[in-house]
Amino acid sequence: MAALAEEQTEVAVKLESEGPPTLLPPQAGDGAGEGGGGTTNNGPNGCGGNVAASSSAGGDGGTPKPSVAVSAVAPAGAAPVPAAAPDAGAPHDRQTLLAVLQFLRQSNLREAEEALRREARLLEEAVAGSGAPGEADGAGGEAASALLSRVTASVPGPAAPDPPGTGPSGPAAVSGSATGPAAPGKVGSVAVEDQPDVSAVLSAYNQQGDPTMYEEYYSGLKHFIECSLDCHRAELSQLFYPLFVHMYLELVYNQHENEAKSFFEKFHGDQECYYQDDLRVLSSLTKKEHMKGNETMLDFRTSKFVLRISRDSYQLLKRHLQEKQNNQIWNIVQEHLYIDIFDGMPRSKQQIDAMVGSLAGEAKREANKSKVFFGLLKEPEIEVPLDDEDEEGENEEGKPKKKKPRKDSIGSKSKKQDPNAPPQNRIPLPELKDSDKLDKIMNMKETTKRVRLGPDCLPSICFYTFLNAYQGLTAVDVTDDSSLIAGGFADSTVRVWSVTPKKLRSVKQAADLSLIDKESDDVLERIMDEKTASELKILYGHSGPVYGASFSPDRNYLLSSSEDGTVRLWSLQTFTCLVGYKGHNYPVWDTQFSPYGYYFVSGGHDRVARLWATDHYQPLRIFAGHLADVNCTRFHPNSNYVATGSADRTVRLWDVLNGNCVRIFTGHKGPIHSLTFSPNGRFLATGATDGRVLLWDIGHGLMVGELKGHTDTVCSLRFSRDGEILASGSMDNTVRLWDAVKAFEDLETDDFTTATGHINLPENSQELLLGTYMTKSTPVVHLHFTRRNLVLAAGAYSPQ
Amino acid sequence: MAEEKKLKLSNTVLPSESMKVVAESMGIAQIQEETCQLLTDEVSYRIKEIAQDALKFMHMGKRQKLTTSDIDYALKLKNVEPLYGFHAQEFIPFRFASGGGRELYFYEEKEVDLSDIINTPLPRVPLDVCLKAHWLSIEGCQPAIPENPPPAVTAFPPAPKEQQKAEATEPLKSTKPGQEEDGPLKGKGQGATPADGKGKEKKAPPLLEGAPLRLKPRSIHELSVEQQLYYKEITEACVGSCEAKRAEALQSIATDPGLYQMLPRFSTFISEGVRVNVVQNNLALLIYLMRMVKALMDNPTLYLEKYVHELIPAVMTCIVSRQLCLRPDVDNHWALRDFAARLVAQICKHFSTTTNNIQSRITKTFTKSWVDEKTPWTTRYGSIAGLAELGHDVIKTLILPRLQQEGERIRGVLDGPVLSNIDRIGADHVQSLLLKHCAPVLAKLRPPPDNQDAYRAEFGSLGPLLCSHVVKARAQAALQAQQVNRTTLTITQPRPTLTLSQAPQPGPRTPGLLKVPGSIALPVQTLVSARAAAPPQPSPPPTKFIVMSSSSSASSTQQVLSLSTSAPGSGSTTTSPVTTTVPSVQPIVKLVSTATTTPPSTAPSGPGSVQKYIVVSLPPTGEGKGGPTSHPSPAPPPSSAPSPLGSSALCGGKQEAGDSPPPAPGTPKANGSQPPGSGSPQPAP
Repeated sequence: MAALAEEQTEVAVKLESEGPPTLLPPQAGDGAGEGGGGTTNNGPNGCGGNVAASSSAGGDGGTPKPSVAVSAVAPAGAAPVPAAAPDAGAPHDRQTLLAVLQFLRQSNLREAEEALRREARLLEEAVAGSGAPGEADGAGGEAASALLSRVTASVPGPAAPDPPGTGPSGPAAVSGSATGPAAPGKVGSVAVEDQPDVSAVLSAYNQQGDPTMYEEYYSGLKHFIECSLDCHRAELSQLFYPLFVHMYLELVYNQHENEAKSFFEKFHGDQECYYQDDLRVLSSLTKKEHMKGNETMLDFRTSKFVLRISRDSYQLLKRHLQEKQNNQIWNIVQEHLYIDIFDGMPRSKQQIDAMVGSLAGEAKREANKSKVFFGLLKEPEIEVPLDDEDEEGENEEGKPKKKKPRKDSIGSKSKKQDPNAPPQNRIPLPELKDSDKLDKIMNMKETTKRVRLGPDCLPSICFYTFLNAYQGLTAVDVTDDSSLIAGGFADSTVRVWSVTPKKLRSVKQAADLSLIDKESDDVLERIMDEKTASELKILYGHSGPVYGASFSPDRNYLLSSSEDGTVRLWSLQTFTCLVGYKGHNYPVWDTQFSPYGYYFVSGGHDRVARLWATDHYQPLRIFAGHLADVNCTRFHPNSNYVATGSADRTVRLWDVLNGNCVRIFTGHKGPIHSLTFSPNGRFLATGATDGRVLLWDIGHGLMVGELKGHTDTVCSLRFSRDGEILASGSMDNTVRLWDAVKAFEDLETDDFTTATGHINLPENSQELLLGTYMTKSTPVVHLHFTRRNLVLAAGAYSPQ
Repeated sequence: MAEEKKLKLSNTVLPSESMKVVAESMGIAQIQEETCQLLTDEVSYRIKEIAQDALKFMHMGKRQKLTTSDIDYALKLKNVEPLYGFHAQEFIPFRFASGGGRELYFYEEKEVDLSDIINTPLPRVPLDVCLKAHWLSIEGCQPAIPENPPPAVTAFPPAPKEQQKAEATEPLKSTKPGQEEDGPLKGKGQGATPADGKGKEKKAPPLLEGAPLRLKPRSIHELSVEQQLYYKEITEACVGSCEAKRAEALQSIATDPGLYQMLPRFSTFISEGVRVNVVQNNLALLIYLMRMVKALMDNPTLYLEKYVHELIPAVMTCIVSRQLCLRPDVDNHWALRDFAARLVAQICKHFSTTTNNIQSRITKTFTKSWVDEKTPWTTRYGSIAGLAELGHDVIKTLILPRLQQEGERIRGVLDGPVLSNIDRIGADHVQSLLLKHCAPVLAKLRPPPDNQDAYRAEFGSLGPLLCSHVVKARAQAALQAQQVNRTTLTITQPRPTLTLSQAPQPGPRTPGLLKVPGSIALPVQTLVSARAAAPPQPSPPPTKFIVMSSSSSASSTQQVLSLSTSAPGSGSTTTSPVTTTVPSVQPIVKLVSTATTTPPSTAPSGPGSVQKYIVVSLPPTGEGKGGPTSHPSPAPPPSSAPSPLGSSALCGGKQEAGDSPPPAPGTPKANGSQPPGSGSPQPAP
């Protein structure tokens, strides 16, 4: 599969004649590579589809048109619901496709319609064609990926018809959670809530039960669950919340206001406290009219709430509901819940609590089954002569000898291909420039001076306080070599400081530049304008608070994302804005450069994360699937994956190559605000508003640790350069250091755990806490480990 | 944490009246109730929705406060025009507007009257954002620098002291290293972490920390540069000439957390200082050092036990030393002895345990020197004062039995041939001291009818005086019963005049604060002022007062010594050392009246009515203003001998005090912070 995919990319590279190699849209062939029918729904509307459409349309140049074509949803202008795009989680079939086409025709979007038609036909062929290679990969995997694509609902829109052979194992496993009946009309309706289709979604609620009976039904079930055996009770208790929500929504939809109110009053206290934010939204929702356009409500309606229940417990429930003839509840279970049944022991309350909490329940097991190449890419060889020269320059006699063996070891290590690493050219990466190589050498040198951290050797923390920021600091980033600090502010400015004695200078004016002797050795020095030297440069351009900032690895560029819906690329040579990337129509919460530069990812209020390349004004991929704002986005160290943390309390890992969601991590009880990968790429740490930091094993797709201690939102997370220490900074004005080695060392990743996804977290995360450092009412917005493992922390002093 | 939060959902809706009001403001006069209801529901829902979105912006802006701009952005999300004109306090200077196909950024500008602007002083330019770096942690330890939160404030203030105590009392306990490491490791409390970590861990390399076997790891004698500077500043201020600085320094010692690494230095400083200055008879410096001891004792975050062995000898020296000043006949070293005696008593109270037996050892020392026949009067006085301060039980068991003997000795000096003026003064002081301390005890011990003869029989020559004092003490106790919470003040008998005059002392630096010229015949005041830099000003009017006060406001009880002398006009001026313990933070002027309460400032006290001001105050930073409150002594006091009459003791660091107008009674003029009632009015006999 991987090999296939790789070929695809190569083809893609060839296709792209101008400019550096870049990711091409995963077109039909890509889907074939992935081998699953479901995947192909990356159609015109998906990630690259957009680009595809525009290119096939002969490059009509203007942004607006293609962006209309982007998705059936995107006429979005009309649809204020940003959620629209990602939400279609339903099965895809021809009917849906027809519905979308019809919609396009209605909306007079002829071009898009045509594109879609073309695409759809193409897709169908592709699916037909790809059946074979996919099957070669093993039916199981195929089924999984098909399922996966369905689960993640990664992209709405024209979906290829479900390849008949692939489905069975998936849906069949979900006994009774009939996906079929709800399907028709759903996709389209989700997409644009103002359209008539919306009512189709809602009409699922139309079934008229006796409103007065709801309370009885619910308390009946409650009684049953509470009286069941202990081992089942914990599992079945998971039903309470989704049932409660759906019953309440049904009541509201059918305009039984008073019943709904009393139902809510009576039972909302039973719900787990981590749902209270959603309950608050629900409680304000008291009229049918309110349901239109309420995003949370739409999330519930359009995505099935996933429960993971053991077979025994499920049988018990089923028998009970059938005995009682409790059709009302049974209908809800069938239509709105996805019950992921596993064989074996029921889980304990504790195990369940660790995993639940997200907006749409747990992740399906299948969602985390696909292979992730979490290993690091091979480091490029760097010519030794350069290195030697440099050392001679330093005039250190003893050093070269010492360094040689070390260098060799680095070289030999990098020669060995990490078995978990993706193929080197799985995604095309920019070539190293000379300056990059120099930087790498510097990096290696610093590495030799790096402090080995551990519980006995804690890092020093240098805190950069932004004074007089008046609560206006919204984003911070530090360059990898720790020479520059950028701050994004609520007053729309981006400020860049030099924290080394080297001042910031911009390049001379064009007229002056022409006078410079281009052959001279110090030409790079000469082009700089000494008169502009200062410690601080202010970048003006955004029209709203700057929520994200990221330096490029080569320190030539800076990205910033803002409330105004744009991501801007700034040159740090001229200190001017180079590009404004428009795509998110809503605030962009975060952006980050790939560790290899060139690519960057952004995520925002429109619930999607987008992958961009600096030289494309349109995104290369759209990662859609989150049910709420994408709060933070991070690249995997090997640049092949992107992790996103969302307000729907899930973390997703996306494959940059094909835009698929390859991991869904649930367990946080609040919106996720920080993410970081471990330097070896194996682990992910995430922090949320609930003050907890969770650790995940990417390869197995499991939660492996929970760090409790913070009392407020964890805003920043960072591993030390060698991964021994995890530093976390929070709104509670503390920096905490955790023992990452210990946290990861005794992982039980036996087969059973991996298979079932049941986890047993170590009890006491306090043992992992190595230090707590209070600041003086300064929330810790950013953390950074220098190459020598000194911690830099940053935040704005906010007087009480 | 979220788990603990109780879910609280309220279904608040706007009242329908407000809908009506809004409608009317829009010009829609009559609106149906039903419509209002519908509107209310809808509007409430929308408002909640917007608020929820606004919260999102707050979170992403990494703030704890919701601002109006958050709401603006939330409105923008909903495609609603933001509400212009509402700014948070920290507002963005320019606004965004769109309309007519254009997007505008504009500064909000109002029409202003130019003259207004010209006439108003320029506001301070708001500071630009700037970046400042500091060490939050150095190899795992948080340095105590201003940029970091103070260690004690972070969590539980008592923690460090408890820990100091634990360490002090059980230094070898094996949990100690654990505490050190676990503190930061487990984050038991942030307070413990920095306080503990800094200094100790900083010095000990972290590698050592892990060593399982370690005996006494407190061998840290380095101070950070900041601490060294602090130490230097503080010690210089404490013994320097500027009283204001001293007050601040003492205040700092008495209140600042996290001084305990400097304790060894302070302790050594004090003990060495006493050693040197006793030899040099430098009374002022000794007083300053004792005030430092007092301040250290008052600091709630310090646990002094480890340094008591150094401090006790120093304090004891100040009590019993044969000579503490250059001119024992004129300087008021008595006050120092009293003060130090009180300190020793306090030390005993705090640190005496069955293992160290501090109190019994001190008692023994005092008794020994008192019993000794050859002991000079000064030492004798100190021993008695030290014993007396230890409490009623000590007075009962140790002093009372010796009263007769002591009385004889005193009489021998007072009535006998004048051998030495110094002896006379000493004997006089001892006598008044004995009377002062014994009378209240006797008043409790003996049944009411006080018979002069019985007293004479029991206590010898001191009997009659004692008797009269006991009577007074009883009266006072009765009065006190009415005024709750007043501490005792006993006034001794009138004694021969102590006369000294103030030497004009130009140099503020002179440490020997009081140089007294030889004009002994004149009744003048003795001033042991805490202020060294008193302007040289002979005080012609006869008011006199002595104030010695500690100005630290941190202690719950403050000990103030004041020596009050009566007006000089009468031949028999009385000087009575008065001590009072004021259970309050800052002392003030007190009106003490026995019989009739006449306004003291105006009315000359008649023979029957005695008024007395006890001023125990030293304004912490007062320049001339706080200090010189003074009061002229109430008219020529009737010189009916036995009862010390209206003597006014006034405070003031400055000697011009005598000139200044009388303060209204009870007006906390010295420092306005004090409610008048909190002092200790004492009835004079």
